[in-house]
Formats: sequence, structure tokens, C-alpha cells
Amino acid sequence: MTSITSAAVHVPLQTTEVTTVGSPLLNIAIFGLFVAITLVIVLRASRNNKTAADYYAAGRSFTGGQNGTAIAGDYLSAASFLGIVGAIAINGYDGFLYSIGFLVAWLVALLLVAELLRNTGKFTMADVLSFRLKQRPVRIAAAITTLAVCFFYLLAQMAGAGGLVSLLLGINDRLGQSVVITVVGVLMIMYVLIGGMKGTTWVQIIKACLLIAGAFIMTVWVLALHGFNLSTLLGAAIETSGNEAITSPGLQYGLSAITRLDFLSLALALVLGTAALPHVLMRFYTVPTAKEARRSVVWAIWLIGAFYLFTLVLGYGASALIGSERILAAPGGVNSAAPLLAFELGGSILLGLISAVAFATILAVVAGLTITAAASFAHDIYASVIRKGKVNPDGEVKVARRTVVVIGLLSILGGIGAQGQNVAFLVALAFAVAASANLPTILYSLFWRKFNTQGAVWSMYGGLGSAILLIALSPVVSGGEKSMIQGADFSVFPLSNPGIVSIPLAFFLGWLGTTLSRTKEDPMKQAEMEVRSLTGVGAEKATDH
Amino acid sequence: MGSHPVEPVAGSGAAVDFTEVQQTEQFKELRKRHRSFVFPMAVFFLLWYFAYVLLADYAHDFMATPVIGNVNIGIILGLLQFVSTFAITMWYVSYANRRLDPIAANIRHELEEAAPEAFIDPAGGNK
Repeated sequence: MTSITSAAVHVPLQTTEVTTVGSPLLNIAIFGLFVAITLVIVLRASRNNKTAADYYAAGRSFTGGQNGTAIAGDYLSAASFLGIVGAIAINGYDGFLYSIGFLVAWLVALLLVAELLRNTGKFTMADVLSFRLKQRPVRIAAAITTLAVCFFYLLAQMAGAGGLVSLLLGINDRLGQSVVITVVGVLMIMYVLIGGMKGTTWVQIIKACLLIAGAFIMTVWVLALHGFNLSTLLGAAIETSGNEAITSPGLQYGLSAITRLDFLSLALALVLGTAALPHVLMRFYTVPTAKEARRSVVWAIWLIGAFYLFTLVLGYGASALIGSERILAAPGGVNSAAPLLAFELGGSILLGLISAVAFATILAVVAGLTITAAASFAHDIYASVIRKGKVNPDGEVKVARRTVVVIGLLSILGGIGAQGQNVAFLVALAFAVAASANLPTILYSLFWRKFNTQGAVWSMYGGLGSAILLIALSPVVSGGEKSMIQGADFSVFPLSNPGIVSIPLAFFLGWLGTTLSRTKEDPMKQAEMEVRSLTGVGAEKATDH
Repeated sequence: MGSHPVEPVAGSGAAVDFTEVQQTEQFKELRKRHRSFVFPMAVFFLLWYFAYVLLADYAHDFMATPVIGNVNIGIILGLLQFVSTFAITMWYVSYANRRLDPIAANIRHELEEAAPEAFIDPAGGNK
């Protein structure tokens, strides 16, 4: 085994007091630079935000490559970057299983959803789901599930922001973290308010490039230290951890029959959740044609796949060069593996860059979620349901902008309240809710001719309700060591991820509701949706400026 | 079902009869080509993914079998998931470009020529 080269050079990692690594000032400076550059770009991009199509869908003017990069930026959240690197560093192979689920899931989007959705919808997921069913009930249900998924995802990102600063800026007290969450929230509101989808997309593109480039540099560096040999790297990781088992599955999920079942449930939610995440679906409307939507997914798959391969190396690299004890002892715990590795490799400068990228990540993802939630409220609930379509586009965008402010404030409050909560759990919950509440209805309405309103409504509310109920009754909320509510135990459901029950249930309810319903849907609408979805005839075009 | 050409739409002017388009041989062929690719492929990659997940979940010793140095079967199968995802992606893109896009474009053009006014959104892109 090659020895671990620079093991002796870890400088300011004192164990006496929980301090930060690197220089907080440098971290803030690099992050400030990112904010300044992106704000200028957002301001420039916002000049053309005139119509609803501009505000929600960036005038449908992005290319497949740009949109694919933005999708990668949207998808590779801080939970993926910090969370997966940390999980691999601590739990070895079981962390790797996350990345595989997150990647394979894109095939569902590529093969079954992206192009058909682009051809039939306008701005939101509800556009597609209500295309051939009864507008009001289906739109309301789809908007509610969209808001629920966005909310859980937002909470996770905001809570993650709080945890990140404790490590990177040396702010450990609750008040300081709350201030940082507020700053992140206000910045995000500004981006979305001024830039709309166009500004948001550019922030995501820039962030994706920085994140992937940063991860690439660190990956090459780690590999170089181990003679570009995966086996040597794994050997070094085994040596540092003193545990052979980190290169094979089972460390985290192999403990008991329940944890194994839990992993199966998680795997199901991950692979079926992605293609039903509203903020991912909405990105397909920013390109001019279905072919560009396909190209977007292809770009996204390559970028995301490459990134997850990097995280494998980074995770084992952190395990080999730093070791799980030092990672867990650092102020951010598991999440600190990637920043610590950056510091180990390139000192304060690389740490500063990686920290700035991690902040940018949170900012960009939060912005994408906020515009999705705002569009869903303004377009589906306000314009289509409350005003019954009798609203001019300007009025709708005005409502969307106000919604952005409200959602921004709510997520700041939620983020402050969710500090210290398990971030990975909230993200996995968002995936499970998306897979249960949205995916059955998306697939049924695209591919099942007889599918009807009752089936859609049953499936969406049934999936959403069962997923949230099972979470509430799970050890995540009560009865466990790390539960949200301590001192009470109403955990009737033993798994921490509800997917294995709620996803099949939602599919079943969609079938049952459809079969039991006596009202038939308009066959003309079904024909129109099928023809449109496959041929792209009459699909929304790009707007010219 | 009869094989109506797409043309009957032309006379109506106001709206397109999508049920007729749906019954044309051309459209049926497009739908068949699309579904005969994406459905089996979706079943395949889901089975392969869950086979892998089940192995990782329940066959730890098998996955820990060393192959080259410290690289074991688990790592190789995991990396193969990446390879298969990339391969399916490229396969689908080439299939769609060759077998789906031309026929979809053909139907689209016929419809748009037959009833141009039906595909101009009067609300200016928002309703």
C-alpha cells in the first residue's frame, strides 16, 4: 500500500475546541464574488422578462446543452455533494448506493416523461396532468403535491445552509446560523424576483460548471496521490478506517431486516422520484422543442453521472486521507467530509472555493424550487382555479412575484426551525412524496387511455397523504435516537422511508379510482393529448425578442 | 380501424379532429415504435437496477468478493450501473433520431399545413 502522503500536514484542526477550518474571511470573500457575478448576470438576463412565458419558462429559449447543465445544477444539491461524499467516507459502499439511484432515475425521465411532457404542457406539471381530465380538481391536486414536494426540498436545503456555515464560517451559535439562513433566503428572493426563470437558469448553469469543475479537480488530485489506481485508493481507505467492510455494502443498511427493507424502500423512492420532481419537470419548458428536451436530459445524464463518479473517488479519498473519526469530530459532522478533503488537498484557497461552490449550490437549488412553487401557485391555483382563467398574463406574473416573496419568507422561517434536522431525510422524503403523489398520475395520463379524473385525484391525494402519514408515524419523527420529537413514541411504522408502501398504493389507487368511476372522459381530449405528446404538434414555441 | 389520411382535417379549418389523426396508420406506427422501445427498455433497466439493489442489500458476501486488488464485485456492478445508464441513453437518442423524429415531424407538418390557424395560440402564449 502506498502511504498516505500528506497525513502530517493537517494544520489548524485542533481538537480542543470546535473551530472552523481555513479562513472564514476568504470563504466569505469568494462567496461574495460569486454572488456579485451572478447578480450582474441575473440583472442582464432579466431585461427580457415581459410575458408569463418569459418569467416562468425563460421564453423557451435555452438550448438543450444549457438546459441540461442547468438541470445538473438544479439536481446536484448540497445534499448530493456534501451528503454523498460524507456518506461514502463514513459508511463506504452504502453511500455509493445513493448516487446510483439518483442517476439511474434519469432514465425514467428520458424514456417516459421529458419529451411527452414538453409537448403537452406550458409552465407547470399540472398543465400536463389536467390536459384531458377535469381542470379544477386535478389542477388543485397537482398544485398541492407540487407545493408539498417543493416545501420539503426547500426545508432540506435551508437546513443544510445552516449546517454548512457552522463549518465554513465558524458560526456555531443558533443566532448566527439563523442570520446566515436569512441572508441566503433574501438573496434567493432577489434572484428569482428579478431574474425569473432566465436568471435562475443562469445561476444554475454557473453553479453546475463550478461544482463539476471543483469536484473534477479534487478527483484528479486524489487519484494522483494514489497512482491513478482505484484499487490503491480503496486499499488506503481500508487502511485508514481499519475496516475492510467499507468497500462492500451493508455498513449502514445491513444491520437488521428492517434496515434492509428500509434501503429497498429508499431505492424505490430514489429511482421513481426524480422524474416526478416538479422543479425538474418545469425545466423542460425552458427549451423550444421536445428534441431539445431530450438533448437536455442527455446532457444532464452525462454531467450528473460524471459527478457521481467523482463523488465515489472523493468519498473514499476523504476516508483514506482524513479518516472517519476526524470527519465526525468536525463541526458539520458527516457533511464536512468534502470541505475537509479540499482543505487537506489544497489548503485554505481550495477550501474557500469549494465552500463558495457549496453555498452557491444551495442558493441555486433554492431559487429553482421557489420559482417552481410560485409558478404552480400563480398559474394553477390563482389564474386557473380562483380566477377561472380570466386573468391577463401580467396579473398572473404579478401574483407569481408576490408568491416568491411569501415562499421565500416561509422557507427562511422553516429553515431556521429545521436547523439541526437530518437533511438527507428531508430530501429522501421529498423524493418519496414526489414518486407517490406525482409519478403514477404522470405515467397514467401519458400512457393509459382510460385513465380519468377520479383516478388522478385518488392517486395524488392518496400518494401524498400516505407518504406524509407514514413519515409522521416513522422513527424519523418519534421514538428513535435522532427523532425530530424527543420524549414521545408514536412510531407505528418501522421504516424511515415510506416509498415501498406509498408508491405502490398510489399506483393502485389510480387504477381503482379509474375503474370505479362512472364518468367517462372526453375521448377527443385523450386523442389530442396523445397526438400532441408524440408529435409535438401545437406545442408551445419559443418567444422571440 | 380505417386508415384515414391526415388530410380530412383541411376542410374544417377551425379545429383539428385528433381522434382521426390518432387512427391514421402513420400515427399508429409512430406510437408503436415509441412504445415498443421505451416500455421494454424501462422494464429492463428497472429489473437490472433492482437486481443490483437486492444483491447489495442481501448478498453482502457475494458483493465483497475481490476481483482485482481491492476492487470487488460490488464496485464493479455499481460501475456497470453507470455504464448501462450511459449506454441506454445513447441507444435511445440514436433510435429516436432515426425511427421517431422523422415520422413525428412528418405528421406535425401535415397537420400544421392542413390547419395552420388551429395551431396559433390566440391568447399569445398564456391562458
